[in-house]
Amino acid sequence: MSKPKRNGFFRWTVARRKVLWAYIFLAIPIVFFAYIRIYPAFFAFQMSLYDYNPLAAEQPYVGMENYEDLWKELNKRRSVTKASFQNTVNYVLLGVPVQLCLALAVALMLNEIRFLSTPYRILFFLPYVTSTIAIAWVFRMLYQPQFGFFNVMLQLLSLPQQPFLNSPQQALPSILALVVWQGMGFSVIIFLAGLKQIPRTYYEAAEVDGASRWHTFRYITLPLLNPSIVFLLVLQTISFLRMFAPVVAMTVQGQGGPLDATTTVVLRVYREAFQSFNMGYASAMTVVLFVVILIVTIIQLRFTTRSIN
Amino acid sequence: MRKLLAIFAVAVIVMSLGAVALAQDDVVEIEYWQYNFGARIEAMDMLIEQFEAENPGIKIVHNSDIPWADFTTEIAASAPAGVGPDVVTLFYGWIPAYVDAGYLVPLPEEPFSEEYILENFVPMVANAKFEGSYWAIPTAVRSLALFWNKDIFAEAGLDPESPPQTLEEFQEIALATTQYGDGGQDVLNITQQGFTPTMQGQIHHWFREVLIRQFGGQSYSDDGRTVMYNSEAGCEAFRWVTEFELEHVTGSFDLMDGATNAFVNGDVALHVDGSFRVGTIRGNNPDLNYGVAELPVGPSGENHTFGSYWTHGLTRRAASDPARIEAAIKFLEFITTPEAGALWVSIVGELPAQLESASDEMLLADPILGPFSAGLEYASATFFVDERAQRQVLLDAYDFVRLGGMDVCDALDEAAALEQELLDDFWSERE
Repeated sequence: MSKPKRNGFFRWTVARRKVLWAYIFLAIPIVFFAYIRIYPAFFAFQMSLYDYNPLAAEQPYVGMENYEDLWKELNKRRSVTKASFQNTVNYVLLGVPVQLCLALAVALMLNEIRFLSTPYRILFFLPYVTSTIAIAWVFRMLYQPQFGFFNVMLQLLSLPQQPFLNSPQQALPSILALVVWQGMGFSVIIFLAGLKQIPRTYYEAAEVDGASRWHTFRYITLPLLNPSIVFLLVLQTISFLRMFAPVVAMTVQGQGGPLDATTTVVLRVYREAFQSFNMGYASAMTVVLFVVILIVTIIQLRFTTRSIN
Repeated sequence: MRKLLAIFAVAVIVMSLGAVALAQDDVVEIEYWQYNFGARIEAMDMLIEQFEAENPGIKIVHNSDIPWADFTTEIAASAPAGVGPDVVTLFYGWIPAYVDAGYLVPLPEEPFSEEYILENFVPMVANAKFEGSYWAIPTAVRSLALFWNKDIFAEAGLDPESPPQTLEEFQEIALATTQYGDGGQDVLNITQQGFTPTMQGQIHHWFREVLIRQFGGQSYSDDGRTVMYNSEAGCEAFRWVTEFELEHVTGSFDLMDGATNAFVNGDVALHVDGSFRVGTIRGNNPDLNYGVAELPVGPSGENHTFGSYWTHGLTRRAASDPARIEAAIKFLEFITTPEAGALWVSIVGELPAQLESASDEMLLADPILGPFSAGLEYASATFFVDERAQRQVLLDAYDFVRLGGMDVCDALDEAAALEQELLDDFWSERE
C-alpha cells in the first residue's frame, strides 16, 4: 500500500475514501427513511397521548386516556376494536402456516423439475408482482354469489352455492385464500434459493446410506432450510398482522364486514384516524400493534433460530 | 461550473420576480372542495364560471377529484398541513364533528342573517342552527321518493301508471314483480328483484324518519338526545323491512352489483332513493322507463319523507385571511341563490334549497322531480352527531337479522344501545 499523504482528508487511503463516499451516498436514503418512516413512527407514540383531532387547531394532552379507552373496548362483549384484534390473530394463525406449507411444497416440486421450470416459476411469482387491489377486485367478482366463477363451478358439480364474502363465517377464509395465493410466490422464491444452498453432497451421502425420501427431507432439507423458514416466518407474520388493502377492496364500502367479520387492526386504525378523526386513539392502537409485532418477532427469532450441525 | 451557478442565480431571480408579480396582481385565489360526483362537478363548474365572470378579482380552484369514501380522509390530511378548502361541501350530518373540531367558522350575519335564512330556505335548512349559529348553507336539498320501473309493472300485468300508495300495496307489488330461475323461491335464484332494502343506500333513513313514524313510533326524543327506535313500533317497522329478503324473498343486496345499480339497469321493480338518483339514471341508462311517486303511506295514513343535503361551510383557513374570507363569503352567497338552485336542479336533479325556486310551479308539475319537491314540505332530517357511525349501527342491526339470524327486536335493542353511547359521548362534552 502506498504511503498516505499527510494533509487532512487526503491522507486517507483510496479505499477509505471510497467507503466514506459510499456512506455519504447512503445517507440520502437514510435521511429520507428517517423522515418518512422513523419520525412518523415516533410521532405516533406522542400522538397516542393526545386527544388528537387532525381538523382541530389545538390538540389537548390526555395522558393514558386513549389506552384506557382501548382497554375498555377490548373488554366489551362486542366491539369493532375487539373484532379487529380477534380477526387479525385469525389471519396470522391461519394464514402463515398455510402459506408457508404450500410454498414449501411448491418449492420442492419446482426444485425437482427441469423442463419448463422457468415458466412455472414465473407463473407462481406473477401474482406477487400484480397489484393487490386489482387482484382483490377480480376475486370479488369470482366470489360473486350468483354468477361468480366459483359458484358457477359449484353448480356444475351440483354442489350448493356458497355466499363466500357475504357470510360472516366464510368471508375471512375467502379473503385469506387470496392473500395466501398472492403472497406465496415470494415465499416460493425464498425457499427455492434456500434449497439451492443445500450442498448436493449431503443428498448423495443420504442416498448411499439408503435413507428414505421422508428421512432425507426431515433430517437434511428441513434443518438446512431453517434460515429461510425463520426469515419467512417473521416476515409473513408481520405482513399478516398488517392486513389492510385486500379487506378494504373486498368488503362492501371497505367496511371490513359483514358484521366486522373481516376487519383488521390496521383497517380500524385507518377508520378511526381518518374518518372519525380520533387520531390519538388510532395512534394508541398503532402503538399496541407495534408492541405486539415486536414481541412476536422476538419470540419467533428466539425459538426458531438454531445452529445446524 | 461558474457558468452553471450564474444560470442558476438568474433563474432564481426571475422566478422570484414572477412570484412578486403574481402577488401584486389583485386576484384572490380560494379553494372550493366537493366529492366526486359527475353532475355536481358539471353544475359547480358552470356556477364558478359565472361567478368568476362577475368577480374578476376572485379565482376559484375547484377540487372535485376525491371519491365520496375518501373525502373526510383527504380533509383530515389537508388540515394539519395547512392547506385545503376555503369553502367546503359537507354532508349535513357531518357538520357537528367539524364544528366540534373548530374546522368551520359560523356564517357571517351579513349576508346570512337568521331572518334571511328563515325566510328564504326550506324548513330543514332553517332548522339546522347548532350551538347558536348557522355553520353551513346549501345550494340544494334532497328528499326520498319511490322509483318504479314501468316496464316491469306492465310485464307483471300491473298498471304501469299507478305506483303503490300504501305500504301494503308496496309489499304486494314487490312480491308480484319478483321472478325466479328454475330452482324455486331462493335468493340466489332471483332473476328480477321486486324490491331490495339497500341499507347501505337510503333505506336506513327510510326506516329512521319514515317507516317508524308510519308505524306509530319515533326514532329519537324531541331534543334528539335519546334513541327511541327500539320500541314496539320500531320492531314492527324494522321487521317489515327485513321481511323482504328473509320472508318474501324479493331481492338481496348481495345480488348483482347492488340493488341501486340493478334498478338503474332495469332489473328491479321498486326502489326508494333520493332525487340525486335522477341524475345517475340520466347519465347511465337514459332509456330506463321509470316513474317517481311520493313515498307510500303506512298504517297511520301520514306522509313522511327523509330530507338531507350537502351543504357549504366556510373554513378556519379562509377566516385566517381577511381577503380570503371576503372572497369565500361572496362565493358562498353566489352559489346559494335561487338562480344557482335552479341551475343545480336542471343538472344534478337535487331540489333548490331556496323556497322561491323549490316551490316553483314548473318544478311541482314535473313528473320526475315533482314528487320530491312535494316531499320537502313534510321532510325531516335526522340530527346526526356522527353520521357514519350512526349509519353503521343500523346497517349492522340489519345484517345481524339477515346473516346472524338475530331477533328483530334484539337487534334493534343492541343498535339503540350503541347509538345511545354515541349520542351521550357527543352531548356530555357539551355540558
